[in-house]
Amino acid sequence: MIHQAPILTIATLLLTAFWVPIIGMFKKESAYYIALAAIFIAFAAACGTLYSVLLHGPIHYHMGGWPPPWGIEFVIDYLNAGVLVLIALISFLTTISAKKSVEQEINRDKWPAFWSLYLLLIMSLMGMTETGDMFNMYVYLEVSSLTAYGLIAMGEDGALIASFNYVILGSVGASFYLLGVGYLYIVTGSLNMADLYRLMPGLYHSKVVFTAFAFFMVGIGIKMGLFPLHVWLPDAYTRAPSAISALIAPTMTKVSAYVLFRIILSVFHIQFSTMIIPAAKLLMWIAAVGIIYGSIMAIAQKDIKRMLAYSSISQIGYIVLGLALANRMGLIGGALHIFSHAFAKGCLFMVAMAIVYKTGIRNIDEFKDLNKKMPFTMAAFCVAALSMVGVPPTAGFFSKWYLVLGTISGRHWLMTAVILASSLLNAIYFFRIIEKTYFSSFLGGGGHGHHKTPTVVMTEAPAMMVIPILLMAVGILAVGLFNFQIIHHLLQFIVPGGLA
Amino acid sequence: MEFFLGKFNYWVYIAMMMIGFYAMIAKHNLVKKIIGMNIFQTAIILFYVSIGTKKGGTIPILEGAGHHAVAPESINVAHYINPLPHVLMLTAIVVGVSVTGVALALIILIYKRYNTVEEDEILRQLS
Repeated sequence: MIHQAPILTIATLLLTAFWVPIIGMFKKESAYYIALAAIFIAFAAACGTLYSVLLHGPIHYHMGGWPPPWGIEFVIDYLNAGVLVLIALISFLTTISAKKSVEQEINRDKWPAFWSLYLLLIMSLMGMTETGDMFNMYVYLEVSSLTAYGLIAMGEDGALIASFNYVILGSVGASFYLLGVGYLYIVTGSLNMADLYRLMPGLYHSKVVFTAFAFFMVGIGIKMGLFPLHVWLPDAYTRAPSAISALIAPTMTKVSAYVLFRIILSVFHIQFSTMIIPAAKLLMWIAAVGIIYGSIMAIAQKDIKRMLAYSSISQIGYIVLGLALANRMGLIGGALHIFSHAFAKGCLFMVAMAIVYKTGIRNIDEFKDLNKKMPFTMAAFCVAALSMVGVPPTAGFFSKWYLVLGTISGRHWLMTAVILASSLLNAIYFFRIIEKTYFSSFLGGGGHGHHKTPTVVMTEAPAMMVIPILLMAVGILAVGLFNFQIIHHLLQFIVPGGLA
Repeated sequence: MEFFLGKFNYWVYIAMMMIGFYAMIAKHNLVKKIIGMNIFQTAIILFYVSIGTKKGGTIPILEGAGHHAVAPESINVAHYINPLPHVLMLTAIVVGVSVTGVALALIILIYKRYNTVEEDEILRQLS
């Protein structure tokens, strides 16, 4: 059974996604429970995969028994076993807490279709993580985009335009990726990542390889919302149904960031982007500008979902920065930031979902007394906000710590300054919310003296929604406290040999 | 001159891609944007089909292989075209069709909601 675990993650979700609309025709309510069960099985399979990787080393799963350069293979090594469990865990928790919000925001007739697309989205993200084949990756990339277009379009007014803009940009991104695969195929005749890695060093000075690399960078850049290519992201995250924002914000851009890691580190060698062409340097500057831009734009926003979306652009910058530093600490910091940011942003978007579900408030200025109405939710919000700012012992502190160590050991002092400055900007826009929520009742009536503030009744979101949010907050702390174990068992293996 | 004629199909691919790209960026009509996207994707299909073909090559089926074993030495690989890029394009065509389908469905919904498919008019209504 454990040998089949990698494929079970995909197969369960695919088969269920097919059956959900059919069963949903007869009983609309059942769609959610079937989807939840499937995601749980996929989560269990992902855990089994991770367990097997930790015990026996990387898994090579050959589809249909065809050996690699000809057949498609799933390769699960230490990095993507971790990312796989991360995706499965976060989507499982999001699914539990999303039920009520989906019932409120989505028309009842559309439930089966909604959950079917939802399953396909998670399936494709897991597939992108597991696959070891370039073209297979393209297919998963397109499935994830297509389902995301549909899910985003189910949102509030304006979601249609947001989704349409994403269709245009997303298909350009995927097409560029496909062209990159084609260019690599011309010179190597292979689509398998390990095979490409082996063939690549002899072809470093071919112009075709340069072109392919450029296509990959732009294509993946669009998918992950890297700074100049991010224009689809704020609208899509803001307009999508709250449950979908909570699913795609922590998972989709993180998986794309993982794909960027994979392409730079294990399709091309890291030396290609540092020595042969100055790609790492260019990416570093792009990331730095993106970090500052995202933070400043986030400060300017009133809508909490839009603010979190801009903050995502900034956080993607951190991950790319870690990759572009191309030294041991930088790579580990960037990879750890995938984990810490996925938990933190997932938690924040789930909090936004709970607030929208219970009160309908999106404007930050109206957050007054929310701590009394929803104490547990806001407590989780504080933990996640502290992680985004980078306060120990949350996960955000440690990933930023490794990134700063990376900038220091690479002597990129300006990048050190960028990370620290951006942490300050993060503090501005998160502490603004915390101040509005917790302290405005103290400040508001200050002039009149002894007015007793009216007692606010506690109207916490349902337990089904709050418990996953609290678990995400625990996850943030766990990634922080156990960061050494995560790095020791999973992330240290991504650093290629011969790198300081 | 040889530089252009020898790689004729690649020049066509680049020209088509740029036409499609132009339509996606510059046109205000949403349907025209989608047409541009289709031209863009078709250009990629042309590119992939071009990299698989050979001048004077034939389809990669071994004649008479069913009746008696063909000695591997007698097969000259240069005589056969590479079928793999063509097969990949079957998938890409399916993906392209589904993206177009989703985009057109979105346009229908947009038209029902805003009563127009012109981007600038929709933006005016949104603001």
